[in-house]
Amino acid sequence: MQSQNELQRLVCSSSPHVRSGITIKKIMFAVVFSLLPAAGYGVYLFGMHALLLILSSIGMAVLTEFGLQKIFRMKVTASDGSAIITGLLLAMIIPPSAPLYVPIIGSFFAIAIVKLAFGGLGSNIFNPALAARAFLVASFPVAMTIWARPHVDGITGATPLGMLSESGMSAVLDHFKTKIAMYSAMFFGNTSGSLGETSALLLLVGGLFLIAIRVISWRIPAMFIGSVYLCSFLFGKDPLMAVLSGGVFLGAFFMATDYVSSPTTTIGQIIFGLGCGMLTVLIRELASYPEGVMFAILLMNCAVPLIDRFTKPKTLGQK
Amino acid sequence: MYKTFRGGIHPKECKITEKSAIVDHEIPKVVCIPLIQHIGAPCDPIVKVGDKVKFGQKIGDSKSVVSAPVHASISGIVKAIEPRSYHLGKKIMAVIIEGDGKKEPVWKEKKSKVDPDEIIKIIREAGIVGLGGAMFPTHVKLSLPKDKKIDTVILNGCECEPYVTADHRLMLEKTDEIISGMRLIIQTVGAEKGIVAIESNKKDAIMIFRERLKKEKNITVIGVKTKYPQGAEKNLINAVCKRIVPMGGLPMDVGVLVDNVATAFAVHEAILLGKPLIERICTVTGEVGNPGNYRVRIGTMFSDLYKASGQAAKVLAGGPMMGLAQRWDVPVIKGNNAVLVLGKDMIDTSGYSTCIKCGRCVEVCPMRLMPNVLSVLGEKERFQKMDSFHISNCVECGCCTYVCPANRPIVQFIKLGKQMIRKNAKPK
Repeated sequence: MQSQNELQRLVCSSSPHVRSGITIKKIMFAVVFSLLPAAGYGVYLFGMHALLLILSSIGMAVLTEFGLQKIFRMKVTASDGSAIITGLLLAMIIPPSAPLYVPIIGSFFAIAIVKLAFGGLGSNIFNPALAARAFLVASFPVAMTIWARPHVDGITGATPLGMLSESGMSAVLDHFKTKIAMYSAMFFGNTSGSLGETSALLLLVGGLFLIAIRVISWRIPAMFIGSVYLCSFLFGKDPLMAVLSGGVFLGAFFMATDYVSSPTTTIGQIIFGLGCGMLTVLIRELASYPEGVMFAILLMNCAVPLIDRFTKPKTLGQK
Repeated sequence: MYKTFRGGIHPKECKITEKSAIVDHEIPKVVCIPLIQHIGAPCDPIVKVGDKVKFGQKIGDSKSVVSAPVHASISGIVKAIEPRSYHLGKKIMAVIIEGDGKKEPVWKEKKSKVDPDEIIKIIREAGIVGLGGAMFPTHVKLSLPKDKKIDTVILNGCECEPYVTADHRLMLEKTDEIISGMRLIIQTVGAEKGIVAIESNKKDAIMIFRERLKKEKNITVIGVKTKYPQGAEKNLINAVCKRIVPMGGLPMDVGVLVDNVATAFAVHEAILLGKPLIERICTVTGEVGNPGNYRVRIGTMFSDLYKASGQAAKVLAGGPMMGLAQRWDVPVIKGNNAVLVLGKDMIDTSGYSTCIKCGRCVEVCPMRLMPNVLSVLGEKERFQKMDSFHISNCVECGCCTYVCPANRPIVQFIKLGKQMIRKNAKPK
């Protein structure tokens, strides 16, 4: 028998007594890390102003979360990395020539209204960065639709989808000269577009990294990109151009996979991905906007509780 | 390819004692034999304070069908019959025996062949219960209702809990006895075939069983994937037989009976040696000075089993996934396969945050529930609503809590919900 002193003072708790060690913070920083190549490429393409946009967007997001949680005496979660993602994502989906106040107002809206007003991380219905972009498009229609050309200061041009929507495929081909040149420009990212959405390649690398380390599952991105490809084909459009253009890769890998605003069931995730892709193409083809990824994901966000309810898995042995 | 089920996790195995052969633990001077070491009605003591009891003598029994008698695990004098600390928290009646050092047992080796009808009776008298941890009386499990038929007996040698190696060592060292016990079980329930299921991290055990069963036509050895909770009854049946036990049902509903390897060993000892269940193999591991696999008398105090090494912060009966946190003054009981001592570094004091709906728990749940929803409902005390998410089908394996990045006590909320539902169902 050991001495009484040593035998006392044991911790009592309910099982399990071990944990896998994965934390929200680790997940969030993995996402930030996987976004860096595409964001970095945006800075390379569009210059110092792009870097300022990113930094001010992230700064404002973190500051808003920290400040509001302090003011309302909530538990401060600004260091868990989710505000950084929101800020970074928002910067990546605004035009690289936008004035600095655009991401600052956007980040404040994303964190204060879309995230914290709904109860903070885990309770928001919409993807904060996307909802903030919708807000910015409505508030600053001019600033949000002027697209700088890569490597050229002060000259603006249309995005590939903008050209397609306004002047048709022949205008796009005129711009890029050949089809192969168009594909490669879009794949490698040497086109006009939002700050971080132009390079499909770097977004793909980041997305596959997240799938490989099992932070996100393949289901939503694969279904999203697949259904954009298929639906565009059915509309008689160039399907490869459709998936490479606009924010499809950024949306599919980094926005639609946002845990909080996407379904938790496996079948639900497949439905969600398919729905996002179909709505994207429908908006592109039938609505007045040239790009549909943002509204497609926001609309599908609304449907998540419903999808989760109808795809409740059958428990083992259930008839 | 090793067989498996959908879901589950693979925690760090930490089987540090898998190479340590079983040794007899020092016989304690005092033992504490709880009068309930099974699921069912508690036993009444059949000895009085001051009585002399012999090694292996029955000291508690019950008239209830679902119950199992308890025996003196040492020879000596009954010092007290009083409430003592027990694994499940509450104090319960226990017989305290002070040893006199005598070693001759009361049981005698059976010379004649055993009548098949006698088997169930002998198993009951020997006090055998499910030794994997469930502690359901084995004689009740083997007495099938008339309308049920068992065609397959699965011997569970998965031992999927990290740290625990008691069954592994038993399989290596008592292979023939386990097979003998398994044959007796197969014979008793009239099954056609037997399956020995062993996890792939115990290749030596798979090999030795394959070799010993080479000539056997109707017993096969199946290697299953090393994954927690591979040893959970319903998942194991799903993995090796591809049958699904209906919700709320029992394995016998699909013609299967699952028994732990240690139970088969105890059946062998009871039928062929006449020995009641007075000892078991128990792994002592973790932050201890004496890690190993010990043959321990039932009723040995945890404090007697533990030699200090560093500061103990938590002591568990069982493995880290489903083991129960204990005090030092609890005895080893029949279903107790391990005493695991965790150090300070294993104590988690961080809080939890809101669910971020990452879906990890849904992916790993072996019962295919939605633990995320259940935990939120439990947190908000909406216990009745938990029923519609099939809370009763939860086996409390803890995979959901293990993987949760928000560190939410998911399975703990489910356990709470189950208790509250039971409490509310009782008429006031």
